[in-house]
Amino acid sequence: MTSSWKDWALLIGFSAVILCLPILLEPIGANYPDLLQKIAIFGLFAIGFNILFGLTGYLSFGHAAFIGIGSYMAMWSYKLLTMNVLPAIIFSTAIAGLLAFAIGYVSLRRSGIYFSILTLAFAQMMYNLAYSVLTPLTNGETGLQTRAIRSDPNQSLLDGDIRVIDQAFGVEEIGVPTTNFFGMAMSGYTGFYFCAVILILGFFIAQRITHSNFGMMLKAIKSNQNRLNYTGINTRPYLITAFVISGMYAGLAGGLMTATDPIAGAERMQWTASGEVVLMTILGGVGTLVGPVLGAGLIKYAEQKVSSWNEGIIADFFSFLPDGLRDFMAEISSLFVGEGWHMTLGLMFMIIVIFLPGGLMEGFRRLSVLFRRPKNRETMKSATIPSTKPGESIAPRAAE
Amino acid sequence: MDALFLQVLNGLDKGGAYALIALGLTLVFGTLGVVNFAHGALFMFGAFCAVSLERIFSTSYVTISETEKDFLGNPLKVDVPYIQEWFGSGTANFLQDYSVPLSILLAIVVMGFVGVVMERGLIKHFYKRPHADQILVTFGLAIVLAEIVRHYYGANPIPQQAPEIVAGAANVGNWFGLGDNVVYPWWRLVYFVFSLIVIGAVFAFLQFTTFGMVVRAGMQDRETVGLLGINIEKRFTIVFALAAIVAGVAGAMYTPIYPPDYNLGMEFLVLSFVVVVVGGMGSLGGAVLAGFLLGILQSFASMNEVKSILPALDQVIIYLVAVIILLTLPRGLLGRQGVMED
Amino acid sequence: MSNQVKEQAKTEDEDRGFKRGTPNTVLHIDDVHKSFAGLHALSDVDLDVREGETHAIIGPNGAGKSTLLNVCVGRLKPDRGAVVFDGNVLTGKSPHQINQLGVARVFQTPEVFPELTVLENVMVPALSKRDGHFRLNPFSSFSGEKALRDEAKHVLESVGLQAQFDDLASSQSRGDKRRLELAMGLIQHPRLLLLDEPTAGMARHDTNATIDLLKKIKEGGMTKVIIEHDMHVVFSLADRISVLAGGRIIAQGTPEEIKNNPRVKEAYLGEEQV
Repeated sequence: MTSSWKDWALLIGFSAVILCLPILLEPIGANYPDLLQKIAIFGLFAIGFNILFGLTGYLSFGHAAFIGIGSYMAMWSYKLLTMNVLPAIIFSTAIAGLLAFAIGYVSLRRSGIYFSILTLAFAQMMYNLAYSVLTPLTNGETGLQTRAIRSDPNQSLLDGDIRVIDQAFGVEEIGVPTTNFFGMAMSGYTGFYFCAVILILGFFIAQRITHSNFGMMLKAIKSNQNRLNYTGINTRPYLITAFVISGMYAGLAGGLMTATDPIAGAERMQWTASGEVVLMTILGGVGTLVGPVLGAGLIKYAEQKVSSWNEGIIADFFSFLPDGLRDFMAEISSLFVGEGWHMTLGLMFMIIVIFLPGGLMEGFRRLSVLFRRPKNRETMKSATIPSTKPGESIAPRAAE
Repeated sequence: MDALFLQVLNGLDKGGAYALIALGLTLVFGTLGVVNFAHGALFMFGAFCAVSLERIFSTSYVTISETEKDFLGNPLKVDVPYIQEWFGSGTANFLQDYSVPLSILLAIVVMGFVGVVMERGLIKHFYKRPHADQILVTFGLAIVLAEIVRHYYGANPIPQQAPEIVAGAANVGNWFGLGDNVVYPWWRLVYFVFSLIVIGAVFAFLQFTTFGMVVRAGMQDRETVGLLGINIEKRFTIVFALAAIVAGVAGAMYTPIYPPDYNLGMEFLVLSFVVVVVGGMGSLGGAVLAGFLLGILQSFASMNEVKSILPALDQVIIYLVAVIILLTLPRGLLGRQGVMED
Repeated sequence: MSNQVKEQAKTEDEDRGFKRGTPNTVLHIDDVHKSFAGLHALSDVDLDVREGETHAIIGPNGAGKSTLLNVCVGRLKPDRGAVVFDGNVLTGKSPHQINQLGVARVFQTPEVFPELTVLENVMVPALSKRDGHFRLNPFSSFSGEKALRDEAKHVLESVGLQAQFDDLASSQSRGDKRRLELAMGLIQHPRLLLLDEPTAGMARHDTNATIDLLKKIKEGGMTKVIIEHDMHVVFSLADRISVLAGGRIIAQGTPEEIKNNPRVKEAYLGEEQV
């Protein structure tokens, strides 16, 4: 089939773009490792979220819980076993998968808004617990951090690590230990490339899932779950599997967050964090493969940029205007920049949902149709008319 | 016994707030069919109506006192609120003291306006869109509203005072012959009674007016009412504004109990959604019942005796109840069949 | 189905004291009752469908025809009585289990997958037939299912949808959606096909084509239960007819017998012409 070479082309193109991000983003000043890492990590998170939301249409408002548990798991791997990130992210993914199974098993008994509320309730419970009874595991508001090897066996594990594997191999530690991948320090561009490779892997898996029989069933669930039951399909195990897969992606992303910056706090589990990944997905394009990564990249970039702008920069920007107008514009703009970044985020959210429910990918598709139309008008007509009666709308083929 | 009674009391004011928010939420859902994630922000807006009124009343100019001197013997600079200048100090003190209850009036006007603008400007375009879109767009709106408040009022909570006359605590235990251990802040009692009055007013409005009858019919069967040739659009706007006003006054009156900040709406939104779902989507009685029930349960869970057995139960009780209710009674406590079902 | 399950079903039947139908009975509806809020939609319905026959259920509007079908596919639970298909008690089973036993339903109002293409709409039930109610295969390739795709195309051609394999189902006309529905049922090669007014909303020309198609399937030996208003369709296809009125079966027999049955004429009086 032709679609399979198209898939490979997309994968190769995607990989090339991701690996070249440090160069590609240089002109817009976004090529520093911290931002690049975030783009890759949140891209992965959004890809996974899209497997659930994009394919099945089930809107989870609790995916931040998996990010949180992934982060905590990875931190404990650093504290107890080794600073190597590989076991850490394996643990994050696996445990997040288990948690997703438990939450999904219960939440997926209901659909629609009830499902959203159930997932939200579970995530809020975990968030609240992380701040209260689970403090010995999460270190509460301070957050879980790596420490030097403890000297006194009575010292709390929160204040002193043991790292049995590293100690067994006689790894020397000087000062605050850093995360590594078999010796490669996970900071700077190395950290980014590590995340980027995992992102590409995650993209590849998502691509396979989307184009599999399993993925087709998920799309059918979104399209008409009731009918699917009468077709002999038990939709529940499909939904649970999709939920677990997307939870594992989130757990992996949570693990990667600690790989590049070894600290985990409960604020990662707050429901606004769940909202953020929803926004990334819909901004890029729900149900598309590339869209979520695009959305994640744009939002992380905008967050870094917009929140770093201050009044001075704005005043400079509007300096060509007459005084009164300049002050006015600066006043208006100050709502949206710096601390006001969330305002921009909220507005973006609304604008996308109102005007472009299909996200940017849908926008691109519409643009390309616009440019292609003059050429193809004849063929399009002859292809669609025989089967359609007048008055019947021809719904656009969804992007992807 | 005393302790249990006190916990019930403790749950009442919070339960009242939950019930008022949930009432509006479920009213909007039941009639307009819209899931409004910005409803918590309306509660927060109401709270800031109280803050604003207090600020207006204390807006002052600086003058030099003719009689008083500071400790160095220089003329003393004093702030004179404009309302003192205009209405005399007696009225001014009264107004300042009663700024929170008076802010109800401001909240009604402001929230009514906000409600109409919101419904006409945004919500009405989402009647036919999927619930996911409604959730997403109102979620975005909630962020925007919160940020507007943060921009103008800062991020810190702003405490408000209850009127002098209801400062302090009532010895409720004495009333019921339970001894002196059960004392309870007066304002919280006021809030509880206030929430009952508002709930009663809303129910009376829906029960005894023609308008209310149409709205109730609409909640039963939206399509049929639309077919009757009734101008449903205009009524939708009014219902939405009503829900906004209820949330707003609930927020304004809540300020002495819980100092509002811009994030107040988000905190209450999640909880009140849970309340609505527990009560049953689209059921007004269910929302009120679940509101008080969850408020009281939450205060029970925060008792030390309970905490020693099940630590942190108070943190999760509401969500836990929601999960159990949703799994055992899919339609919530008083939910009707066919709401939000395929 | 394993023999064990069949045995179990048999003992269940016997426990309930079922009268077993004739040996070649495929579907046995036994004393089914269903009421909604006190209104009796079905009462004392007994019905046997024989292997290979086309059994039509007719009756005036509100007679309970759709309710009966819904009871058969697991959408509704009867208050009393049971439906037995090929030794398996269907009552209490979920819709997907019933389908996996070999009972497919063609819906009256088209229930397709609007966001999928016409071809995909037919391939989904085909996959369900082949892989069962759940198969964890996230790395299989949907586009690599060549055999199934060819079969799906073949079935689509037989219902006359060869021109629009890759069009979205939502873009199809109502009549085409009905034909798509039919194809979705046919591709599963069910042992029993339940058709809920398969030609409603079709033009006369399309109706005739559908009748021809259903006749052709009949030669293949597929058992069918068909609910239909159009008497032309009923008398062209049915081997036997059951007449449902007021939730009860008032007559049963060959088309000839039904035509001459006075009770049927009475039930239909003022409703429709027979």
